[in-house]
Order: sequence, then C-alpha cells, then structure tokens
Amino acid sequence: MKKTYRLISFFISCLIFTNCGDNNYSEGKRLYEKLCQNCHQDNGLGLGGLYPPLAHSDYLVNNQNILPRIIKFGLKDTITVNGKVYDFQAMEGFGSLTPFQINNIICYINTNWGNQIPLPNIQNTIKSIETYKK
Amino acid sequence: MVKYIIGIGLFLAFFIACFNSESTKLPYLGEHEVNGQDTIYHKIGDFSFQDQDSNLVTNGLLKDKIYVANFFFTSCPTICPKTMKQMKRVYDKYLKDTSIVLVSFSIDHYHDSIPTLKRYANKLEISGQRWHLLSGKKGETQKIARDFLSLALENDQAPGGFEHNGNLILLDGQGHVRSFCDGTDPTSVDRFILDIETLKGEKNL
Repeated sequence: MKKTYRLISFFISCLIFTNCGDNNYSEGKRLYEKLCQNCHQDNGLGLGGLYPPLAHSDYLVNNQNILPRIIKFGLKDTITVNGKVYDFQAMEGFGSLTPFQINNIICYINTNWGNQIPLPNIQNTIKSIETYKK
Repeated sequence: MVKYIIGIGLFLAFFIACFNSESTKLPYLGEHEVNGQDTIYHKIGDFSFQDQDSNLVTNGLLKDKIYVANFFFTSCPTICPKTMKQMKRVYDKYLKDTSIVLVSFSIDHYHDSIPTLKRYANKLEISGQRWHLLSGKKGETQKIARDFLSLALENDQAPGGFEHNGNLILLDGQGHVRSFCDGTDPTSVDRFILDIETLKGEKNL
C-alpha cells in the first residue's frame, strides 16, 4: 500500500514539474499574444520608431512601478526608450484587465526575450493601479 | 537499347518542360473576362493618389515595376502593425532592387493626412522613393481595394473604425495580381517572398 502511495506521489510531482517547465507564465503569454503582440511584436522588438521595444528596454527596467497602470490605462506621454523618442501615437489602455492578469503579463514580459527583470509583486501592482485612479 | 535512351530522353524532356512551366510562372489571379477566344486577365483599375512626399502615384508610374501593395491606417490598433512589420521585411530585403516598389494605401481618409503619413514614414525609417504611403480619398480607396482583391470598409463596430484584411498583394508590371499572402503570418510571407523571386525570374525571361 505504501508503495502505491509513493508511486502516485512520484507521478504527481513529475506532472507538476513538467507542467511548470512548459508553462512559463502561460496566462501572461496568452494575454500578451492577444493584446500586446500586434504592436510590440512576437520578438518584443516593437517596430521602428513607431512602437517601442519591450526586449532589452531601459524604459521597461526603470519604470516597473508605473508599468501596471500603463497597461491598465494606456500611455499618452512622449517617452524615450534606448535613446529613441516615441511620440507617434498614444498606447491604448486595457481597462478590463484585473490586477492579477496585469501581473501575469508583466511576469511574461520581464522574463522573456532575454529580459531578466525581477518579477512584479501583486501588492505593488494593485497599488500602482489604485494610486492612478485617485 | 536505343529505344530505352529515347524513352528516358523523352521522359526527361517532358519532366523539365513541366518543371519549367510550373516553377517560372505565377498564375494570374482574380476574375477574368472571356472575350471570344481571348481571356482578358483581371487588372487593377486606374488610380492616382498622393504619397507621404506629396508625389502623385499612378498606375503609369508603377508600370513595368513589380510592386507589393497592402491596405492599412496609421492608428490601426489591431493587425496593421503586424502586416507593416512584414512589409518592412520585404522593404529591407529589396532595398537595393529598384525593380520592386512597395505601396501602402491608407483607408483612413479622416486622420491619415499627408503630414501624418510623412511622420509615420519617418518613424518607420523608410524612403518615399521605395515605399509609397498613399493618402486615402473617401470612397476611392475602398473602390480600388476591390481590384486588389482586398477588403477596406468603414465600420463603426470594428476596432479603430475600419474593417479590412491584412493581405499583401503582389502585382506585375502590367497591373495583374499574381500572388497574395496573409501579412499577419510570417510563414505565409516566406512563401510570398519566393513568389516575388519567381515573378522577378519571369520578367527576366
């Protein structure tokens, strides 16, 4: 009987490990592909001076605290990313996203395309969105 | 023995003929008119639009050029950035080849003025000699889109206010549609670039 339990727990842990390996922020990836990829592209490099890159972007590294609210409410300001000015048009916001979904998107962006930015904290994500509302 | 050699020779000749005719010529797309014995291939109607540098672009200007066309608008929130990225890929590939020109028709005649298209071109880092962004006129772009076997309609319900598809269309120097692909799908564009090469070979015959 003990043996059976051990075997079952072994299989379950195998399942968990393989799933974790395959699904690197799968929810964030799914949302990125649906909402962000049209402009920021599948390689995260954006397009010319029209849409800024998310891969190896100094702006992304330096503005982690306002990232949740940019995703939620959009961005109208002119920004400079890696020395290039982006002012062609505003980014639209995705108001229907929940803080958890936004957190998942940031997890995906921060760890993809060679990015190695620390993962966001859900409390900070909620705070970033709340402070903008007021 | 001689029979065998003739047989093999004939087989090879047949094979080469087939191979040649299939690989060096693209089909003529669209609805053709049949006039007695002659088939009149579908052709792009006359058009005349201004590009980002205020230059007039017409069928006449594009005569004897291979050109790649698409329909877009600068504020498009959905598929345009993807298709324009693929257009840029074609642009970069044929940057030095003056026999190939790119033409993007804006379907947003409210917002995409010539200065807006100029800013867009600057941001995309493209030359107006090699890639024309054409400003739309009400009704005319929609009309010409049909000739390009494309869809470009005003629709309040669609994201950004316009309904359109992301096709890239390949035209020969005579205004015939010879190939198209889904500009949102990079693998579809891979195949499309092979078609451009085929059409180039056809013109060199």
